[in-house]
Amino acid sequence: MEIVLVGLNHRTAPVEVRERVSFTAEQAQRAAEELRARGILEETLVLSTCNRSEVYGVPPESSHECAPGLSTFLSEFHSVRPDILGVSLYHHYDREAVRHLFRVAAGLDSMLLGEAEILGQVREAYKFAHEQGATGPVLNRLFQGALEVGKRVRTETELGTRPMSVASAGVKLAERIFGKLSDRKALVLGAGTISEQVVSQLRDRGIAQLQVMNRSRERADDLANQFGGKMVGWGEWDTALQSPDVVVSSVSAEEPVLRRDIVQRAMAARGNRALFLMDLGVPRNIDPGVGELYNVYVYNTDDLSEIVQQNRNARESEIPKARGIVDEHVSKFLSWQASVELVGLVDALRTKMREERAAFIRSRMEPMKHLTETDRAHVEKLMDEMLEKLLLEPAERLRGEKELRRKIQNVEALRDLFLSNREKP
Amino acid sequence: MNHLFPILTALAYLLSFGMYVRFLGAGNKLTGRLGTLFLGLGLITHYFALWERSRGLHTVPYHDLYGSMSLFGWLLALTYLGLELYHRQRSVGAFVLPFILVFFLAAHLAPADRLSPPAVHGVIFALHVTLSILAYAAFALSFVLSLIFLGEERLLRSHKVGDVVWRLPPLELLDQMSRSSVLVGLISIAIGTALGFVSVDRLPGQNSFYDPKYVITLLVLALYALYFRLAGSAAWRGARASKLCIFNFAIVVLSFTVVNLYLSHSHRYF
Repeated sequence: MEIVLVGLNHRTAPVEVRERVSFTAEQAQRAAEELRARGILEETLVLSTCNRSEVYGVPPESSHECAPGLSTFLSEFHSVRPDILGVSLYHHYDREAVRHLFRVAAGLDSMLLGEAEILGQVREAYKFAHEQGATGPVLNRLFQGALEVGKRVRTETELGTRPMSVASAGVKLAERIFGKLSDRKALVLGAGTISEQVVSQLRDRGIAQLQVMNRSRERADDLANQFGGKMVGWGEWDTALQSPDVVVSSVSAEEPVLRRDIVQRAMAARGNRALFLMDLGVPRNIDPGVGELYNVYVYNTDDLSEIVQQNRNARESEIPKARGIVDEHVSKFLSWQASVELVGLVDALRTKMREERAAFIRSRMEPMKHLTETDRAHVEKLMDEMLEKLLLEPAERLRGEKELRRKIQNVEALRDLFLSNREKP
Repeated sequence: MNHLFPILTALAYLLSFGMYVRFLGAGNKLTGRLGTLFLGLGLITHYFALWERSRGLHTVPYHDLYGSMSLFGWLLALTYLGLELYHRQRSVGAFVLPFILVFFLAAHLAPADRLSPPAVHGVIFALHVTLSILAYAAFALSFVLSLIFLGEERLLRSHKVGDVVWRLPPLELLDQMSRSSVLVGLISIAIGTALGFVSVDRLPGQNSFYDPKYVITLLVLALYALYFRLAGSAAWRGARASKLCIFNFAIVVLSFTVVNLYLSHSHRYF
């Protein structure tokens, strides 16, 4: 009942390798089927995201023995030369495999520390494998534990709560002012990459209306069409600034495009309704004096970058707390695993002793001719009772006492001591 | 008098305060939920403490200053809990609980006055007093919310976005919460004042309708109605409305202190 993990991620493999080893849903299903059909793994789960491809499994024999076969399989499956794949792959066994998965689910192993998407990806991968019948009791327990870890880390720590990019920090700040953005309107000045990032964030939050203003009408039209917004003509400030709650500016200009008098006029026309301005241009697109107007909030790139840095520090300070949760659940899982193994070991021992008891009694009682059939039956019964007494009590204690299970560290050694290889459960 | 309920109440409110502060500081959702739970427990034990005190003194809770303060604290806690559940927002708890605690402790640590029973009795009078104190509690809550609004707005405008700002409610929500609270206060004070006039009208003999308390109560009602009207408008929504709300509460405090203690003949503690 060991666990093996073979995989690669953003730390060990460049994107050119990662994209070759990623799994589609259909590939994940096929790989799981083949791994079980070939007898490499008994239980299988493929976790594939843009930053990682990992195969978790329960091998029929030792996890260390099955790892090379698993690496070869991955190499063959994706038609990647073993020497290319070999340098990127990592292998984890048992405790380390469990810890790795729990760290992944917690967002501790992500490229962006604490990112939320990974938990959904782990959930999806588990759901898919479970529906395909590729998982069994061990992986079920393992992934349920991982989902619990991910959930706890996100509710009990601040690892994933704060924005980590300038675009998301700006959008989050807008939410500090307006609350939900689903009934809000936005105006985007400029149609470059930065604008696109912010628009994407605003769309994710369900912004009600999006207007795009750019010197090049064509590009403004493209961006507006891409995100379901509408284009407004460059410089039509009085109309453009009347309805939006959020304005994002990222245009290339020597002088500020949004001067104080323009915004002041717009604020008067809109009855001083709150306005959040995100100035992502360098040189700045918005006159700093605009920030002094009533109900106007202006944040430029430096302000937002500073917030991102603060958030990065805050997230990093949450790592020990998240690690504590991971460690707690690793111990919990290993304790469960040991209990299942120990109970299995004791059951196997009982079966073995029962089998040997018959042959032992037969050979020892052969010379005792004076014993009647009733006497022999009586002796056999006493022997059975003694065996039950010897093994039933430890089995029950193992089931009931958590601390005892924790103390027994090496189940494998016990198994080797009491059972020969062919008798291992 | 048995001190079990006051001790349990103080303990529950203190624990609730601790949990809310922890929630605001660390953002742990569980501590926020515990804050609400302890506040709920505090409300229950506070009710029994009020009931026990009234029974012991053979009078209503608002008979003396301390009873009124305790009832005010209880209604403040009740209004806040209602608002928290309605708006699903716990981060304000850390700012409201100190007020509840101060009113509760001040009321229960001080010795009770042994005054003659009030001149007016009956259900209408009881409703008049309870609704008036509820209105003051709701106004106090909107005052706290307005202070938070102004603090958060200042931090956002000066780009000092620290740990707390990420956990405070959005400005828009604070504004809504403040308006909800004022609405509760307005309805309560309007009905409470009307019931007050009815109970005076039912008193035997000639009764004066010219108490300075009536004037200031009507002024409070008008000012909060004005706030409610302006806070909904785009031009006033935000810092201006919050400042008006704070000013209005200063008038409430004036009504509760100077007018009650020195000018009014029939309103001592409510």
